[in-house]
Amino acid sequence: MRGLAVTIELTLLSMLCASTLAIMMAFGRSYGKQPLPFIALIYEKIFRGIPLIVIFILVYFGLAQIGILIDAFSAAIIGLALHSTAYQIQIYRSAINSIPEGQVIAAQSLGMSKLQAIRYILLPQMLRLSIPGWSNEFTIILKDTSIAIAIGVVELMRQGRYVIVREPSVALYILLVVALIYFIFVFTINRGLSYLEKRYHISGLEITKAR
Amino acid sequence: MPMLDVKNIHKSFETTEVLKGISFSMEKEETKVIIGTSGTGKSTLLRCLNQLDPPDEGEVWLDGEELTNPSIDINRIRQKIGFVFQDFNLFNHLTALRNVSIGLEKVKQLNKEKARERAMDELKRVGLEKQINQYPAQLSGGQKQRVGIARALAMDPDIILFDEPTSALDPELIGDVLDVMKSLYGKVAMLIVTHEMGFARNVADEIIFMEGGVIVEKGPPKQMFQSPTKQRTKEFLGRIATLYGAE
Ligand SMILES: Nc1ncnc2c1ncn2[C@@H]1O[C@H](COP(=O)(O)OP(=O)(O)OP(=O)(O)O)[C@@H](O)[C@H]1O
Ligand SMILES: [Mg+2]
Repeated sequence: MRGLAVTIELTLLSMLCASTLAIMMAFGRSYGKQPLPFIALIYEKIFRGIPLIVIFILVYFGLAQIGILIDAFSAAIIGLALHSTAYQIQIYRSAINSIPEGQVIAAQSLGMSKLQAIRYILLPQMLRLSIPGWSNEFTIILKDTSIAIAIGVVELMRQGRYVIVREPSVALYILLVVALIYFIFVFTINRGLSYLEKRYHISGLEITKAR
Repeated sequence: MPMLDVKNIHKSFETTEVLKGISFSMEKEETKVIIGTSGTGKSTLLRCLNQLDPPDEGEVWLDGEELTNPSIDINRIRQKIGFVFQDFNLFNHLTALRNVSIGLEKVKQLNKEKARERAMDELKRVGLEKQINQYPAQLSGGQKQRVGIARALAMDPDIILFDEPTSALDPELIGDVLDVMKSLYGKVAMLIVTHEMGFARNVADEIIFMEGGVIVEKGPPKQMFQSPTKQRTKEFLGRIATLYGAE
């Protein structure tokens, strides 16, 4: 029963953080001036490439390493939020991009600033369009949370603290290397897959045309 | 000093120069119509005027202020330049009334009640008092465009730019929109890009014929239609008469 309460709490809090962050980044990517789109893009690539568990550990021990001590619960929220943000950016971005740009131009023609146009014209429509994707992501976070609890992430972190305290510099180094390896691995696989997807698509088109 | 003064505007996209030195001016409450073939830079010119697409070279002056000066507060200036779009660009999540009042509230800082009243007046003016609570998706094309005109009018602009306001409409709906535009004649300056030659002939104070990024010829409708001085103007008007039906 305690576990359930914690799960719900974790889900709601990390969802709230992730949605806020992802909405800002999505607007940054579609309507921001450089370097905002670039930063959002890099963020998305990196955090989609690192497995959730590695993010948890990085957040918890990484922060401890630079002198910020947080409890395992907060670390779990931050980790979940950082992870989910990377996925939610896509949801909001496709919603934003489906709203005709002409509406922003019309708003600017009335004398609205870009920020006002986003706030009063894009945001309300974007939120409505994102509901399906958002509720989908909600269930994903819910699952991730309970997995995190079930496999004892919170407990794991408490234990790990001792390692850090004993061997501070080595621990962070190892963590970062592990994260990097994971990232490169996932990134390469993703690249390979999307390359295959493209090839497949084009050849598929040719087939339909040939018929 | 004219109200709007456009001096030697140049604009390129990548390597192609779309506008190659456009100059003209407009007085208060004057109506001018721009005609010309597709791809000649008419829309680009309108967007250069309110700095949605700032020109590469040249100056735009409105009411003694230089809009092409990068340090000007362009959001303040744009309130004075209405824009009516070919595909309406209404705000899909707002009712007709809110489409018109949102600029009054958020830009002109009117309170909700005042903005509502003013928006209601403008919608009445374009004949849509019955549609105020409908959303854009529930309106016909002609009604949408009249909301677009009311939205521009509500800001009390010095000039309204129209970019082919009737091109996306079914023929039977064009008349309603043109009637509204006619009713504005002499009340606000209008710069209108259109292929409606009948309207141009009857309403415009001056017709500007553009081709290849320059103004080929301009003059009062009578002169332009009856005795154009340039061969190109003659050809274009002849062609458009067969395309859109001569009057
Ligand atoms: N944002 C842009 N980027 C690149 N090229 C552009 C852009 N906008 C317009 N152009 C090009 O500039 C030229 C002029 O376009 P513009 O839309 O101003 O013509 P137009 O006279 O309004 O034509 P139409 O009657 O079809 O509306 C076209 O060749 C177009 O392809
Ligand atoms: Mg055009």
